[in-house]
Amino acid sequence: MLGLYLHRDSPVHAFPVGWKLAALAVAATGLFFVSNPVAIGAALVGALGLFALARLPLGAVLGQIRPLLPVLVLLFAVQAAFAGWETGAATAGRLALLVLLASLVTLTTRASDTIDALERGLGWLRPLGVNAGKVSLMLALTIRLIPVLLDLVQEIRMAQRARGVERSALALLVPLLVKTMRMADHLSDALEARGYDPR
Amino acid sequence: MIELRNVRHRYGEREVLRGIDLTLAERRVAIVGSNGSGKSTLARLLNGLLLPDEGRVLVDGLDTRSDARAVRRKVGFVFQDPDVQIVYPTVAEDIAFGLKNLRLPRDEIARRVDAVMARFGLTEHRDWPAHRLSGGQKQLLAIASVLVLDPAYVVFDEPTTLLDLRNRRRIAGVIRDLPQTALLISHDLDLVAEAERVIVLDEGRVVADDAPAAAIAAYVARMG
Amino acid sequence: MKPLTTRDLVHCALFAAIVAVLGLVPPIPLGFLPVPITAQLMGVMLAGAVLGARLGGLSLLLFLLLVAAGLPLLSGGRGGFGVFLGPTGGFAIGFALAAFTVGWLAERLPRRGSLPSLFVACALGGIGADYALGIPWLSMVSGLPLEKAALGSLTFIPGDLIKAGVAAFAAATVKRAYPLAAAH
Repeated sequence: MLGLYLHRDSPVHAFPVGWKLAALAVAATGLFFVSNPVAIGAALVGALGLFALARLPLGAVLGQIRPLLPVLVLLFAVQAAFAGWETGAATAGRLALLVLLASLVTLTTRASDTIDALERGLGWLRPLGVNAGKVSLMLALTIRLIPVLLDLVQEIRMAQRARGVERSALALLVPLLVKTMRMADHLSDALEARGYDPR
Repeated sequence: MIELRNVRHRYGEREVLRGIDLTLAERRVAIVGSNGSGKSTLARLLNGLLLPDEGRVLVDGLDTRSDARAVRRKVGFVFQDPDVQIVYPTVAEDIAFGLKNLRLPRDEIARRVDAVMARFGLTEHRDWPAHRLSGGQKQLLAIASVLVLDPAYVVFDEPTTLLDLRNRRRIAGVIRDLPQTALLISHDLDLVAEAERVIVLDEGRVVADDAPAAAIAAYVARMG
Repeated sequence: MKPLTTRDLVHCALFAAIVAVLGLVPPIPLGFLPVPITAQLMGVMLAGAVLGARLGGLSLLLFLLLVAAGLPLLSGGRGGFGVFLGPTGGFAIGFALAAFTVGWLAERLPRRGSLPSLFVACALGGIGADYALGIPWLSMVSGLPLEKAALGSLTFIPGDLIKAGVAAFAAATVKRAYPLAAAH
């Protein structure tokens, strides 16, 4: 399945996904109470240590941080100017740390495992009227539909080029929608023909 | 046995079926007709995906209106475009979907999925994303995921229209070897010629109902 | 609340997939505008305008769940929890609120289903709701003062208004071609 997962044989990969998500949530919350730049620096070194433990290449780490770099620099500059360099370093470091930890979870966990864990988590929401079975079916359908729609987009674009139509958003969207709405009807027929009962 | 008793159906102003009376008891029945002749509507009436506006459809005596669930279990449905029928992202998951709806035990589901994958040569693709299968393989997957439910009847709605010649022949072979009763909606005259009985539909009425050679001749004459 | 029918489930999945695909296709150049626009917010508006508040919002929650699970479905191939913690996370989470609001407005504005009514719903609901979440978030995470964050986001408004126009037109066309979908 398409995803950002990088397979390695490592204890981080083997760590149960539910715990990874819980640890991430705890870390994200806890970080708001830390403002000492030295402590955050130490935590950053620790996070990089986890990346090493997960045997992820340095490129993967940089790939996650690079889009954030301008924000980090700006953040540091603004905060340093207004509130001193310690605050600047702490704020920028905190954000970098959060994104690194979240990326670590994403890079070391198969999307399908995360989805399974989320579905199990949704089971707890049943009293609120959340039907985990329906959510899980919708997730599967979405994943199934994405490549089908991508093919359809290519096909529509090709047909329009053949007719000499300038590539335009409308000329793409309208046929895409009309065609996929009809597809959706057939797909719901197909679900029911195979005994799916939404109750 | 499937019976249609004075079945009428309309979409808004347009009457697509104008009084159909048929008793289908043969092992291979084909239904042909031009686009808009009402044959796809007829197909959808057979397993209760559509309910007739007037008249009744009976499957082994069960009315599609009152016994929808039981009828669906008896009548499998294979669509023209496998892309609208494959529900789950990977091959084995998709085949298991219908069985999960029957709430069968996990080990029985696994056993039946394995068996049907072996039968259709899909075993090596078990964890493949469905979109990486070829057109012919996708249609095989669609058929496999219907047959795994063990229906007594299988309705095929133009199963070969989107396929090349080689895959047409492959699917025709699969249909030929089915132990089940098959109802075939098709434009593919080679496929239709293999049926025992061919029904020609035009503007919502049965205009010919005969052995293949005679019915196809009547159909071709009308189309000309 | 009415339970979801099979068709509702499929429609939610379909629009989640449409939003994903609009994030994956290369940006579409518009003839009269020099900057190519990313189409994802257009998909969000469409989901609300075609499916209505409840199903539209639900379909975008579905999309966000898949993004959180690590599928790179946000435009630019971004995905994973990190996206939500980052400075533009609010705009991403705002998608669900935006789709809901577009649907809510589309169901209530006068001359329901007409092009002007859909345009107002898409513009107000889509841009308004997404920015209402995105801008404070940006300010909070980056430490930028709120006015600065808002001012910086204003540069995207012209492009987003065009998206609202395209989405409204497409939704109006589909509702005419496909009245069943409007029956929700």
